[in-house]
Amino acid sequence: MLSRTADNLFWAARYMERADYLSRLLETALRSTALPASYGGVSTEWESAVASAGSAEAFYARYGDANEETVCDWLAFNGENPSSIRSCIGRARTNAKAVRTALTAETWEAVNDAGLQLAQFGEAPLSREDITRFLDWVKGVALAFDGSARRTMLRNDAFWFVRLGGAVERADNTARILDVKYHILLPEHEHVGGTLDYFQWTTMLREVSANTAYRWVYRTSVKPWLVADLLMLNRQMPRSLASCYEVIVRHTDLLAEAYGRRGPSQRQARAVLARLHSARIEDVFQSGLHEFITSFLIDNSKLGAAIAEQYLI
Amino acid sequence: MIAFDEMHGLAEAMKAAPGGAETVRAAYAGLKQWLDQSPDALLETRRQQAELLFRRIGITFAVYGDAEAEERLIPFDIIPRVLTRPEWTQLEKGLEQRVRALNMFLTDVYGARECIRAGVIPEDLVLCNPQFRLEMAGMTPPHGVHVHIAGVDLVRVDDDGFYVLEDNCRTPSGVSYMLENREVMMRLFPDLFAQHRVAPVETYTDSLLATLRSVAPPHCQADPVVVVLTPGLHNSAFYEHSFLADKLGVELVEGSDLFVQDLVVFMRTTEGPRRIDVIYRRIDDDFIDPLVFRPDSILGVPGLMSAYQAGNVTLCNAPGAGVADDKAVYSYMPEIVKFFTGEEALLKNVPSFRCREPEALSYVLDHLDELVVKEVNGSGGYGMLVGPRAPKAEVELFRSKLTADPANFIAQPTLALSTCPTFVNNGVAPRHVDLRPFVLTGSDAVRITPGGLTRVALKDGSLVVNSSQGGGTKDTWVLDA
Repeated sequence: MLSRTADNLFWAARYMERADYLSRLLETALRSTALPASYGGVSTEWESAVASAGSAEAFYARYGDANEETVCDWLAFNGENPSSIRSCIGRARTNAKAVRTALTAETWEAVNDAGLQLAQFGEAPLSREDITRFLDWVKGVALAFDGSARRTMLRNDAFWFVRLGGAVERADNTARILDVKYHILLPEHEHVGGTLDYFQWTTMLREVSANTAYRWVYRTSVKPWLVADLLMLNRQMPRSLASCYEVIVRHTDLLAEAYGRRGPSQRQARAVLARLHSARIEDVFQSGLHEFITSFLIDNSKLGAAIAEQYLI
Repeated sequence: MIAFDEMHGLAEAMKAAPGGAETVRAAYAGLKQWLDQSPDALLETRRQQAELLFRRIGITFAVYGDAEAEERLIPFDIIPRVLTRPEWTQLEKGLEQRVRALNMFLTDVYGARECIRAGVIPEDLVLCNPQFRLEMAGMTPPHGVHVHIAGVDLVRVDDDGFYVLEDNCRTPSGVSYMLENREVMMRLFPDLFAQHRVAPVETYTDSLLATLRSVAPPHCQADPVVVVLTPGLHNSAFYEHSFLADKLGVELVEGSDLFVQDLVVFMRTTEGPRRIDVIYRRIDDDFIDPLVFRPDSILGVPGLMSAYQAGNVTLCNAPGAGVADDKAVYSYMPEIVKFFTGEEALLKNVPSFRCREPEALSYVLDHLDELVVKEVNGSGGYGMLVGPRAPKAEVELFRSKLTADPANFIAQPTLALSTCPTFVNNGVAPRHVDLRPFVLTGSDAVRITPGGLTRVALKDGSLVVNSSQGGGTKDTWVLDA
């Protein structure tokens, strides 16, 4: 397969995953603002949404203040933000268009339809209802893309690069939420155990659509260390760092097998997964949650670079 | 001027006259019946469905200089154009002969130049032609084929009068529309296909692959590696490039995906470099190799021409093939066909005035309002004057252009292009059409898919069928009896 083809597939999947993530981030923030102040409604949700999306500097330079209107505009609709939902879907479509021949008709149509429909969502300020509908639509788009890829694509390198792109991006997204919010999970923050904390923890779960999953996995009330465990180490939870790395290891291995050669991508992926598997959440808290997440983010971007170096250029 | 209507014959023009009976040519009998039974509302529904299908599949094209419409659909007309098998068989013979002659002509002008010595064509017209590539002189492409893929534009004026309007020997486009039009038609009108025996066109991509593989460099041992080379996403024909690569099952590459090492062309893949044998390139000569042609080109591959000259890769079509489809050279085609094949040309040329000749020029200047004047290197319907329909100012503009550089122009009488029934805003009406069949030449055979791309001028009375100027397309049927 052409390196450029692999690159486009990898990034089309990354952008789709990012669009999905942003829509969940915004949805959660919107929900928080709808809560009365004593339940966490005055929270800094808009600031942290911008921070979790990783574009704070450009955002504040442009708007100055983070509130519902500015953050929705920046993260959802603004074409000048290279990582807004609009930009992500647009870029995913450009990537997919460049490699149409490597996609099935269904997968291409999922991306292409999304790109065409995107134009219908105006740039003008939308009502909260409109925004909710838009965010639902984005989640549907991501599902259609992912679902059609899994249902229709041949199980070969094209599919594996799509899966890799999705998993690398997803790991990055989950880690970013943790990076921005790790402090609310720390014990010193927990002393009150009041409703404020409770809503902040569940907000975090919602951002990775894990509110229900949490109950099923732990069958107990929301505890901060268990939230961290679910998002980082739990292998059942599809957005956890460990799950993402299982996907990454599986698909880098499939590539190595098909191409008959292992390289830095395989080594890096395995090393990270081994660390996630051997870690216990107690130890992570002991040795520093923030340090763990920071070093994970660095490792994950190293993996991205290794994949690029080995396959994409 | 009375245009020949392919459904009604010349009678379409007479219908308005009192007592003018409506006749229907045999080829269109079934279609006419279907049209009579189909209310406009149904046709309109089907037209919208067709548009939706095209948009969903993503068949769009870019119009240069039109930023708003980066992705427009070529308008598609749902009423097919019909040719009978005997009509097609005649055309096929003529096409094969013509493309054979074009290839022999190119071999000759880049080789012995006998046609120049024999006085068939003026020397300067060939050697000073901007499409003539000195780099090709003395070189024979693998298997002696220059034009692997030709698109020959034909127009019809009466029952058996087909004329060649131009030969496209560089990178003719449109074949994806021929194929997708048929797909969409078969989805929308299965009954219509059940009632007619329409020769399939889907064999085109197999023929193309066989053609491309047949011209791999002779030393190429195993399965030849074929690629399609595109200028990229922003090219107006990108959809077609990706469509063809997909149907051929080969990689669609851009210049940056390729590199040349030790006179061998490789592509960068996820498994390391892979050697390439045949490049179906959809990039113009000027841009394929910055070391040889335009140095500012970022679309091409440095060193590609050297690899080609070393015989390590086949370029389809060969560089310099454009000298054969030049409009000034076109006017010599009857003589060229005769000289190289020893036969009279089966397909007629539109009589042409070469403005480089003083008598011709003065005739043209005197009759500008009757003639079609074309720039010899123009394409896509640009740089063209349709005398009878042009506003006075445009006629005068061309008069001054002509006087300034007569050799840059040819002129032809305005042909009464045939018309076909077409579904337009106010129902079914005749519109002018042309036909571009695609002729494939390999080392082993000449392959022609029955039919071709019919382009239709959607504006009433317009003769310009180019998609860049508001033309549309139709499915083209060759009916087996």
